[in-house]
Order: sequence, then C-alpha cells, then structure tokens
Amino acid sequence: MTARVGVITFPGTLDDQDAARAVKYAGGEAVSLWHADADLRGVDAVIVPGGFSYGDYLRCGAIARFAPVMGPVIEAAAKGMPILGICNGFQILCEAGLLPGALVRNSAMHFVCRDQWLKVDNTSTAWTTRYDQGAEILIPLKSGEGGYVAEKPALDELEGEGRVVFRYAGGNPNGSLNDIAGITDARGRIVGLMPHPEHAIDALTGPSDDGLGMFFSVLDALVAA
Amino acid sequence: MTLDTVKHAESTPDTEQPYRELGLKDDEYQRIRDILGRRPTDAELAMYSVMWSEHCSYKSSKVHLGYFGKTTTEEMRSKMLAGIGENAGVVDIGDGWAVTFKAESHNHPSYVEPYQGAATGVGGIVRDIMAMGARPLAVMDALRFGAADAPDTRRVLPGVVAGVGGYGNCLGLPNIGGEVVFDPTYIGNPLVNALCVGAMRVEDLHLAHASGTGNKVILFGARTGLDGIGGVSVLASDTFSGDETGPGRKKLPSVQVGDPFTEKVLIECCLELFQKRIVVGIQDLGGAGLSCATSELAAAGDGGMHVVLDSVPLRAKGMTPAEILSSESQERMCAVVRPSDVDAFMAVCAKWDVTATEIGEVTDTERLVITWHGEVVVDVPPRTVAHQGPVYHRPIERPADQDDLQVPASLPRPQASELRDLVVRMAGSHNLASRRWVTDQYDRYVRGGTVLAQPSDSGMIRIDEETGRGVALSLDSNGRYCKLDPYEGAKLALAEAYRNVAVSGATPVAVTNCMNFGSPEDPGVMWQFEQAVRGLADGCVELGIPVTGGNVSFYNQTGTTAILPTPVVGVLGVIDDVRRRIPTGIGAEAGETLILLGDTRDEFGGSEWAHVVHGSLSGLPPKADLAREKLLAEILRSGSRDGMVSAAHDLSEGGLAQALVEACLIGQTGARVFLDPDQDAFVQLFSESAGRVMVAVPRTEELRFTDMCSARGLPWRKLGVVDPDAGALEIQDIGTFTLDELRTAWESTLPALFD
Repeated sequence: MTARVGVITFPGTLDDQDAARAVKYAGGEAVSLWHADADLRGVDAVIVPGGFSYGDYLRCGAIARFAPVMGPVIEAAAKGMPILGICNGFQILCEAGLLPGALVRNSAMHFVCRDQWLKVDNTSTAWTTRYDQGAEILIPLKSGEGGYVAEKPALDELEGEGRVVFRYAGGNPNGSLNDIAGITDARGRIVGLMPHPEHAIDALTGPSDDGLGMFFSVLDALVAA
Repeated sequence: MTLDTVKHAESTPDTEQPYRELGLKDDEYQRIRDILGRRPTDAELAMYSVMWSEHCSYKSSKVHLGYFGKTTTEEMRSKMLAGIGENAGVVDIGDGWAVTFKAESHNHPSYVEPYQGAATGVGGIVRDIMAMGARPLAVMDALRFGAADAPDTRRVLPGVVAGVGGYGNCLGLPNIGGEVVFDPTYIGNPLVNALCVGAMRVEDLHLAHASGTGNKVILFGARTGLDGIGGVSVLASDTFSGDETGPGRKKLPSVQVGDPFTEKVLIECCLELFQKRIVVGIQDLGGAGLSCATSELAAAGDGGMHVVLDSVPLRAKGMTPAEILSSESQERMCAVVRPSDVDAFMAVCAKWDVTATEIGEVTDTERLVITWHGEVVVDVPPRTVAHQGPVYHRPIERPADQDDLQVPASLPRPQASELRDLVVRMAGSHNLASRRWVTDQYDRYVRGGTVLAQPSDSGMIRIDEETGRGVALSLDSNGRYCKLDPYEGAKLALAEAYRNVAVSGATPVAVTNCMNFGSPEDPGVMWQFEQAVRGLADGCVELGIPVTGGNVSFYNQTGTTAILPTPVVGVLGVIDDVRRRIPTGIGAEAGETLILLGDTRDEFGGSEWAHVVHGSLSGLPPKADLAREKLLAEILRSGSRDGMVSAAHDLSEGGLAQALVEACLIGQTGARVFLDPDQDAFVQLFSESAGRVMVAVPRTEELRFTDMCSARGLPWRKLGVVDPDAGALEIQDIGTFTLDELRTAWESTLPALFD
C-alpha cells in the first residue's frame, strides 16, 4: 500500500502543490489537508509547506500554529508521526513548540532566492536516511526571514545531540547561528528546514534533484514501520 | 451637507463644479452636460473625470493605436481568442490550452512611493489576468531608473525591487525575467512595467460582460477605503467641506497600498468560482475602481446596471459616493452572477474568508443607475463613460534636432591592445552587469513550473505537466535606439524580444506592449509615439504575429525633459515540450562547438560602448531585419527539435563580447574563441548588429547544423569551442580571462551600488 502524506494548505500557503508533487515523484500519495479542518484524514506523515500563511503579518507562523488542523498535528507528533516543515512550515513548527528556536529576518535585510549548497549532518531522521553523512546537496533557498536563532542552552542541546540536520555550505546566506539550515526533534521524526527540497526534485525545474531524497526517506520510514 | 443627487443637479444647473481640478477641459465638461442634458452630479463628475483621463481613455493615443488593428491580418489573428480592448490578450497555444498575458505600467506611483507603487503594479496586472478566467502563472518586470550612481536611484531602486518581490513572492507567482536599465533621463520618471501570464482551458475563457437582466453584481475582495482617490479629493474639499476633511484624512497617501495576502486568497477564491462555473462576467477593480468596473461591465453587456452604493463594504467612515466610486483600494473584483448561483458564490467566498457583497443587478434600461440612501446619484449611459471618451488628434512634429542627433559623432575607437580591458570594463558596466542583486530578491521557483528564468534570455514555464507544453516570454526595449529612430527602435525591441524567445527553442506567437513616453502635448513626443506604434505594427506584420494588447503611459517627463521613448515589447512563444528548451549557458554537453549566426556590421549608433566609454548618443541604431529574425527563429526551432543545439544566447547590448562573457559565466564553463582575421576585432566584439545568435552545438551535430544554415541562407561562422577544463574564456589575440575575473567584474557592480 502506498504511504499517504498529508500536505496542509493555510490561507497564503504557496508551495503546497509543489510539496504534493514531490511526494508523488517519490511514489507516495499526497493528501490535501485544509487549515480549518481538525482532521488529518488518516495520513501517515504530514508536510507543512512554505508560503506566507495568513500573510505572515504578525510574525511568521504565529497565527498558523493556532489553526484547527494544528491540534491533531501536535497530537500525532507526540505519537511519532513524521512531520516536515519547509520554510514557513519550519517557522510554524517552531511557533507550535514542536521544534526549538525561531527564525528571524535575514542579516542582509532582504528576501533572498538562490540555489544553496547544504551539508547533510544527520542521516538518521525519518526524512534524511537516503543521504550520506556529510553529503553536499543543492537546494533552492527563498525566504526573507530565514535566520535561525535559539538560546544558548537550546543551541548547545541541538549540537550536543547531533540534531542539526542541514548546515549551509559555501557561505551563510541569512545569518543563521552555526550555519544551521535545518534541525530535528529529539526523536528524529520531526524535521524543519528553511531551504526547499520540494523545488529540487527534477533538474528541469530546479537546480538539481537532490531534494527528492527527503521524500524517499520518509516513504522508506513509513513502509518499514 | 447636501447630497448631490440627480434631482438636485437638475434643479441647480448653474452650480460651479471643479471640473478643471479634476483634469477635465472646458469642452469635455460641456460634452458631459450635453450627454446628460444637465450638469453632472458630483459622483458622475468623479466617474467621467477619471474614466476620461489619459490613463483610462487613451485619448491621445487612440487614433494611433488603431493602426495595430488595421495592420493585423486574418492569418495573424487566427490563434487569437481575445485581443485589444479586453482585460488581456488571449492566445490558443494548442492541446486545448489558452494563454493570456499583458504588461502594464505603474510608473508615477513608483516614483512617489517606490515599494507600494511597484507592489500594486504587480497586483493590478495579476487581477487583469484573473479577470480573463485564467490562473496567473508567472510575472516579469521591465524597470528603468536614473543613473545607477545617482542618489535618488538609491532611494527608488531598492524600494521598487522590494515591492515587486514583496508582492509577487507573497502571492506565490514566480518572477521569471525582465529588464533593469539605467539612463539619466529616467531620474524623475522611473518606469515600472509589470507583466503577468496566465493559462486556462480554452472553454473557460471569461470576458468582462454583464449579461442577463436580473443577474446580480457582486463586489468581492478587500473593503473600499480612501486610498488612491487622488484627484477626487478636490470634490470632497470643495463641495463637502465638513468635518470629513479633518487632519486624519488629508494624510492618506495618494498611492494605493497593496496586500498580497488578500490577493493570494482572492486568486484561489476566483479559481474555485471559475471551476464551479458560477460566474457570468468578471472584472477587476484597478485604476478608476468601481467607476471603471461598473461602467465597463455594463457597457460590454447587453443592458444597464443598478448599483446600490450603500452596500459597498467600507474601510473608512463618512465616505462620499464620489469617493467610493473613485477609490483605488486594491485586491477587489466585481462579478456578475445568476441569482440562482448567488448562494454558491457566497459559500466559496466564505470558505476563503473573502468579503463578498451583492451591490446591484443587471437591468435592461441601458443606463447605469447608482443610488445612495435611496436617492439616485448617478444615471448615465454606461458607454459614454467607458468607451466614448474624448479622442484627440494631438499635433505631431519630428523634433528639429532629430537630424543632428542622427549624425554619428566621431568617437575614438580603442587600440587592439586596449580590447582586453574593454571586455572586462563593459561586462561590469551599469547596464550590462549581472542583475542578480535584483533577481535574487524574487522567488523564481514557486509553483514548480519554471523551466527558464533570469539570467536566461527568456523566461519559460511549463503549462501542462502531462505533455510538457509551455510558454516562453521576453520583455525588451532599448530607449537609446528609439531616441535615435523611434520607428526602427520599436522594430528592434520587437526583434530582440522575438529572438530571445526563439533562442529558448520556443515559437513566438503573440506580442504585447507597454508604451512609455513623455508628454503627449509635446509634438515631438507624439511623433516618437506615432513612429514607435508604426514600427512595432509593421514589424509584427513582417513576423506574422499579432499584437494582442497593450498599455500606454504618457507624461513620463520632468519639466521639458522627456524620458527616452521606451516602447517595452513583450513576446510570447509556445513550446510543445519544455524538456527540449535551449539553455543560455554553455557547457551542458562536453565537446561543443561555438557558432555565430548572422552578420556583424560596423553598427555603434546608440550602442552600450558609445554610452559607457564616451557618454555619447548619436547616429542611427542598428538595422532591423525581421526576415532574418524569422529565419533565425526557424533554424533555432529545428535545432531544438532535432537535438542539434545545446545552448544559445542572443547578441544584443554589448555585442559578442558580452554574450561570450554571459554564456561562460551562466554555464560556469570556459571557451576558446577565434575572431575573423579579415574583420576589425573591435567591431566583431562590440558591434550591436541585430539578428545574431551564438549557439553551442555538440560536435557530432556540427556538420548537420551548419549544412542546414547554409542550405537556408543563414550566414554562420565557427567561433571556437567550449573548453570545460580551462576555467577561462580565451579570445585569441585579445586575451585570456579567468571565469573568476569575469565573475567579479560582472557580479560586483550592483551590490557595490546598492548594498
């Protein structure tokens, strides 16, 4: 049976169909989830995609974390369901307390869209088993508030437990502490990252197909489970 | 305060009205009185004045724009589903897909308030595309600023770029290309021309018609506020000088404020409405707001319309009917819906949290009647507002100094030993340097359909994920060429946009334009305009592709100094499978041969070299040869279809030298190039002769490709080879340039100016 991966759409979500396409490219079934429905429709994993949920007028992700759909997401997360937050989705997972830290305005003070090299630092999460430790992958980054910050104890914990999943390579594009591009929770089931793996699934429309590994990884994890 | 109703207007025929302050001439005001048989009410005056403005009525350009229609043949029209006069042109691209595209200027607001001016420019053109029933798919922007190092450019450019990016990024539309050009003439008049392209199934095309008596008129989207009411505030202060004109109100900006989140939600809401087929007619609210939407919908339909203005949801207190009708609040649409579908319509809007209000209905009275608290404040024949504005035959005169301008100045040319440095200097010059500082602020990836984007010659998006069918688009103009010869300059803009689409492997099929000029009251400017329209239209006939729409922006002028005449031309191309697109950078395949297609002549009039090195503008622009452009496009299409071409880059500003630098840097690959010993090296490197393309051809295909060119009469010359191992561009007898040296020259200019 094909694994069912939910993709949430909030008002202002932009990369939802791209995330769904990536799931399909990897061989999974993408299931559309609506922000106003407290219902995960029986999915096996959830992707919180990028965009500007509710316009991000208050603080990125600050309103989305209160959406009805987030209740069941938080419950499922506690039970170990694989969850991926991309860009605005990462911000939402941080706001919801599922991942530590926060994302702040880029150090250059403007939006940056570029093809970004990342080093894979943790290959044991539900979303990264298909990568080799230390591999460098090319993934689009596109955000205005992508600078990762956390209090020192939280940062030390992340580093000490090897929970930094991706680091920027070849230059830090946004001022993130320790070049952090993506992190995971203590169990390695929830991953959040600023760059967009769903835009690197086909060299025709992206800089590479390096991002596909994340979607293959989660399908592996679900089939194994 | 007295409400100026129709009854009141009838009984007070001699009331002085501030029509001059609203931009109406004496005879125009008299015409309104003749049409109505009485003086207009304040609300009517507001409607007529804004709808009869240059911006909305095209009163100075109309007599010239007719030339596009006159020159478009049936054959050129064969793929056109909608053309000039609709919100945007629509073209049948095959497989049941229709594509709509249009460019529009938002120049003056972007000078006053760069961020919001540019942002709402993007928002407006996107709604035009939605109003055709299409899903917007991508945006592009053609920008012009004053000198790159002028202090005011540091104010305007970062704001405009942040505005285009801030709105487009939040809307979820990839920005796939455009232009950034600097020239001192744009210092007080920057140009912000935004283009949007969208697609729909052919059967889903929606035209802005209010048909069917009894159908309901629904206003949906943002609430209506006091922003952008500009000139109409004259009415409020002169006629209603009550407490509404308190200090709080006076401070409202005349430039509208954009809310991209509301627009994103509005897009999704509209698309669901279209999909459920519960919209009879739809119109966006842009310039002239409700005045425009109601009069145009009614005029294009089969009857009249009755609007209850009290029902319009407002954002400000105490707005007058005139203000509500003229407000340019953003992110609003107006739909005509069958009564039986109103509930379904409202349900979709509720799902997306979009405010929707029934504000009136279609009638068979042939009148647009608007009531306020039960009293009639507008009662007009809608056509007289929307389509029967004044038409001017402005005086036209070729400027007295045009002849002098066309005499080429004698400019000292570089010695052979200076050419190496010149290649580097030109690559880093303001107009040729990499635009990454700008384009890195735009999301080019969202929606996952972008196949080519800046710095490619054209942007390309996939429309159909199953078949791979897609479109390519390019926006181009060279104001210096147009200043020297506006007829030839417009043809050159068309030729370049056409060529840029062709080098991607797509087949050019349709044209749009954004004509940016100085004051139409200057006979010299009108001559430039007339010449440019003719050049563009005649060029389209030669290429056999139609102009499907356009936009005119006049008064881009400070004092007596007009901008360079800038007819921005957009060309749309179709490609049946985006997987065979041709990239701009070389090095995709090992062992490529570089070939130059076309003829290089000694043409430096209006060139980037003359501008950068001598600050000179004189002579004649390069000659446009559209038959040659057509042949080039056919060769490139064949090359793409048969896998004979692995990269292609058009030669334009900066000539061959710049094309080589860019092809190497974009492809991150070196090359070895040999110039023709029988032709002057400077001319070969920097001439801007049109009709030229550099291609990279796999060595195995070289003979087949060059035989095809020879057989079809296209001149070609082997330029050299791609050299992936060299890490450098070597131009024999000129010099060797490491890619690092070139990259530093090309990429550091804009960051040094604007970071």
